[in-house]
Amino acid sequence: MNPVNYLYLSALLFTIGATGVLIRRNAIVVFMCIELMLNACNLAFVTFSRMHGNLDGQVIAFFTMVVAAAEVVVGLAIIVSLFRSRHSASVDDASLMKL
Amino acid sequence: MENLIALLVAAPLLGAAVLLCGGRRLDAVGHWIGVLMSTASFVFAVILFADLLGKDAEHRTLMQHLWTWIPVESFQADVTFRLDQLSITFVLLITGVGSLIHLYSVGYMEHDERRRRFFGYLNLFLAAMLLLVIADNYLLLYVGWEGVGLASYLLIGFWQHKPSAATAAKKAFLVNRVGDMGLSIAIMLMFTTFGTFAFGPVFSHAGDASEGKLTAIALMLLLAACGKSAQVPLQSWLGDAMEGPTPVSALIHAATMVTAGVYLIVRSASIFNGAPDAQTAVTVVGAVTLLFGAIVGCAKDDIKKALAGSTMSQIGYMVLAAGLGPIGYVFAIMHLVTHGFFKAGLFLGAGSVMHGMNDEVDMRKYGGLRKYMPITFITFGLGYLAIIGFPFLSGFYSKDKIIEAAFAKGGTEGWILGTCALVGAAITAFYMTRVMLMTFFGEERWKNQPTRSPEAPSAEPAAEHRGEHAEPHPHESPKVMTIPMIVLAFGSVFAGGFFGIGDRFLHWLEPVTGHSEGDSPLSAGAVTGATMVCLVIGVGIAYAMYGRRPVPSVAPRGSLLTRAARRDLLQDDFNHVVLVRGGEHLTRSLVYVDHTLVDGVVNGTAASVGGLSGRMRRLQNGFARSYAVSMFGGAAILVAATLLMRAV
Amino acid sequence: MSPLQLAAYSTSTGEAFQFWVLGTVAVIGALSTVFMKKAVHSALSLAGTMIVLAVFYLANGAYFLGIVQIVVYTGAIMMLFLFVVMLVGVTAADSLKETIKGQRWLALLCGLGFGILLLAGIGNASLKQFDGLAEANANGNVQGLAALIFTKYVFAFEITGALLITAAVGAMVLTHRERTERAKTQRELSEERVREGKHVPPLPAPGVYARHNAVDIAGLLPDGTPSELTVSKTLRDRGQIRDVSAEALNDLRALEQRAQERLERTEIEPATFKREEASK
Repeated sequence: MNPVNYLYLSALLFTIGATGVLIRRNAIVVFMCIELMLNACNLAFVTFSRMHGNLDGQVIAFFTMVVAAAEVVVGLAIIVSLFRSRHSASVDDASLMKL
Repeated sequence: MENLIALLVAAPLLGAAVLLCGGRRLDAVGHWIGVLMSTASFVFAVILFADLLGKDAEHRTLMQHLWTWIPVESFQADVTFRLDQLSITFVLLITGVGSLIHLYSVGYMEHDERRRRFFGYLNLFLAAMLLLVIADNYLLLYVGWEGVGLASYLLIGFWQHKPSAATAAKKAFLVNRVGDMGLSIAIMLMFTTFGTFAFGPVFSHAGDASEGKLTAIALMLLLAACGKSAQVPLQSWLGDAMEGPTPVSALIHAATMVTAGVYLIVRSASIFNGAPDAQTAVTVVGAVTLLFGAIVGCAKDDIKKALAGSTMSQIGYMVLAAGLGPIGYVFAIMHLVTHGFFKAGLFLGAGSVMHGMNDEVDMRKYGGLRKYMPITFITFGLGYLAIIGFPFLSGFYSKDKIIEAAFAKGGTEGWILGTCALVGAAITAFYMTRVMLMTFFGEERWKNQPTRSPEAPSAEPAAEHRGEHAEPHPHESPKVMTIPMIVLAFGSVFAGGFFGIGDRFLHWLEPVTGHSEGDSPLSAGAVTGATMVCLVIGVGIAYAMYGRRPVPSVAPRGSLLTRAARRDLLQDDFNHVVLVRGGEHLTRSLVYVDHTLVDGVVNGTAASVGGLSGRMRRLQNGFARSYAVSMFGGAAILVAATLLMRAV
Repeated sequence: MSPLQLAAYSTSTGEAFQFWVLGTVAVIGALSTVFMKKAVHSALSLAGTMIVLAVFYLANGAYFLGIVQIVVYTGAIMMLFLFVVMLVGVTAADSLKETIKGQRWLALLCGLGFGILLLAGIGNASLKQFDGLAEANANGNVQGLAALIFTKYVFAFEITGALLITAAVGAMVLTHRERTERAKTQRELSEERVREGKHVPPLPAPGVYARHNAVDIAGLLPDGTPSELTVSKTLRDRGQIRDVSAEALNDLRALEQRAQERLERTEIEPATFKREEASK
């Protein structure tokens, strides 16, 4: 098997995650889909690392995880405060940015 | 001696400035200041004339350079004056007749409270007219040209409280603009062709330019002349210009300003000589106008308008002569000068009649006045005899020469022009006899008219001061008015003979304009004989119509031609239909194009942008997910673009 | 040939087998993350996908990352998600019905296009040569990573550290609410209740039935009507109260209906029943 298949899988997961972001309204699920996209990227990084024979890709994936963790912490905090004030976790309810 | 030239212009200009800026303090003496300045100018002119007479014929040109006016690279306009035989002739005519008319106006405008201003305008006119004739380049000439236009406008509309006068002034100004445009274009063409517009270089290089360019310049100059000299097709303003005070009509619209067009053509002789087609156009304009004016003059009952038609006709003679080239230049100017005398005299006589008749202008309400105003009758009569070309008076010499010159043009053209001139002479005799008979002979139609009909031709406002609405009491005018008339009558009688006998005028002017005899198919005697026959016919018909039969005091309906002639041969109707209506239609269609096409494009763009924005606004629905779709779509497009770039 | 070298430039049949099986699992997990109605299910599916990815990391020679993926991602982050899901409401099932016009079709179109482009791009790229990590991992994967992180990427590392701290502080700031006045003591609260004359005794307990965890079922008052007071305020706010009386009656009615149908009696109007069924 050619390791390129990992990249195909990565692309597939990324696309699924992106589509999920677009069609789900629940902020938590949207967030999960974003995590899915990040993970797909990480898989690609790891595969590229193997392809090029150096560990830089893995290091980047590592940083991605750290950033993802930070993002999740802040994002979930935002969702909680949103829920507190609106009693809803739907992203469509926060649609004030319009004319 | 050259330094005197500037004073010619400076004196009346100073007078105008003093009178117009001086305010009411000068009301008491203003008119005498005007007369003084005008006379001063005349005195300078006489001194200069004497100086010129003392020189050889070849050196009779005085130049005075004052300053450089517009020094821009090759565009050099100087304020330089040129006084040669042609200029001094005009200067003498303008200042001489002008001074007489200034004097006359003192009496005529006696009861007008704005007399000081009137004299200010008259002086301004003199200054501008003198500048016009002594300028040494076309640009300076243009300044004078516009200046006389301005003065003419101000003086026609002098009684500005009368709507008819205000309108007439505006009309004259606007119609003159058309001609002025021709002059300005001519100057531009000269600059592009010769690189200068000073008389000397332009005339000496006129032979080098192509005939096409010369024709273009000449036609533009002709347009200018048509505007200023009221020639067909720009003649319509002159009749209405009679709304101005009578001295104005005499000075500006008979003797001087309207002859500026003839001056322009004769002065530009070198250009016209190189453009035979343009010369033909000039002769056609002259011939048409001389008949046109004469026919109009036959039908008018308003004495001033009849004289205005006559003026138009006589200037037509001059333009015709000027168009004949070297054969006619001298005679054009000669007729111009004699015409200046007798037509000014006729107008002053008309003014005197009006003065004595409560400013009535309708000749059908005159009659038998010779008993009441003998001096006016005699001077007017002499002017009348002069204009119809009665033997050995002024008109006899000058007009006869023009008719001869027209035949001398040769060929079919000569025959046609000569015949026109002869017919014109007959009509001239007819309408002038008509004026004479209706005014001074016949029964006294002004009696038994308790009140003037309200729709009578507009009255000059001085009448209101006199408060006369009752039956007029014809009386002779004061001396200050009769003396100029007498002087002008002398001129009318003797000027022609003085100029004509021994070809004195020809020798005087020949160095400037050149002269050639042409080959006339008819002998001078034959032409004179034919002219006399025409004269007799014209006078005879007029006598039969107006001398032997009583003149009705209300105009009969008349034939179609008469009615058309009363309406100035439909010139205003023509202008209205062709120009005004055409202009309106053009404007309307332009407005339509503007509204539909231009505004359509502009508003359409705005509307489509607005509509598009309205639609696009819906994209801003506030839903983060919609925005995310756009982002994602954009990302997809970026990927596609990257792949495409790679593929390429 | 050591397993390390094997992982480096070729894939064994075992890895191929593992890829196809676990890859399928990962895709299914991702799809159910997106399409599951309940957030809890989505979270669990995502956790599954992440574990599969951890295995793939390991298979690709990223041993450290594989472990971190399991410990940090699946263990910590996904649990954080679950906590928030609990907080926000476990049982609230999302409606998957689209409310923005055209959004779903646009999203699917974009997703499809993007996916196809991405796959085509990878297919077109010449990715035939795999160097493998044998050399890089020679001194051990963790050591290799550490060498990179503390030398080449040391600034990035420090900055991400700062980022993490900032994020932690930010999360606290966002969720923490400052108390502006002293909390009332229990004594003060009881005195206040007596003074206002309402609910002097403690709130009644919910109608707990031994059917399931039924704290969301209102207790019945003596006259048989349910009292909302008996249910916790949080559940009331979420609208997650179940009306046991109506439910019981409906159940009973359904039972009778079935019995009658079996006995071929038709006395109860089917319309009424159906309406109740629908409203449920």
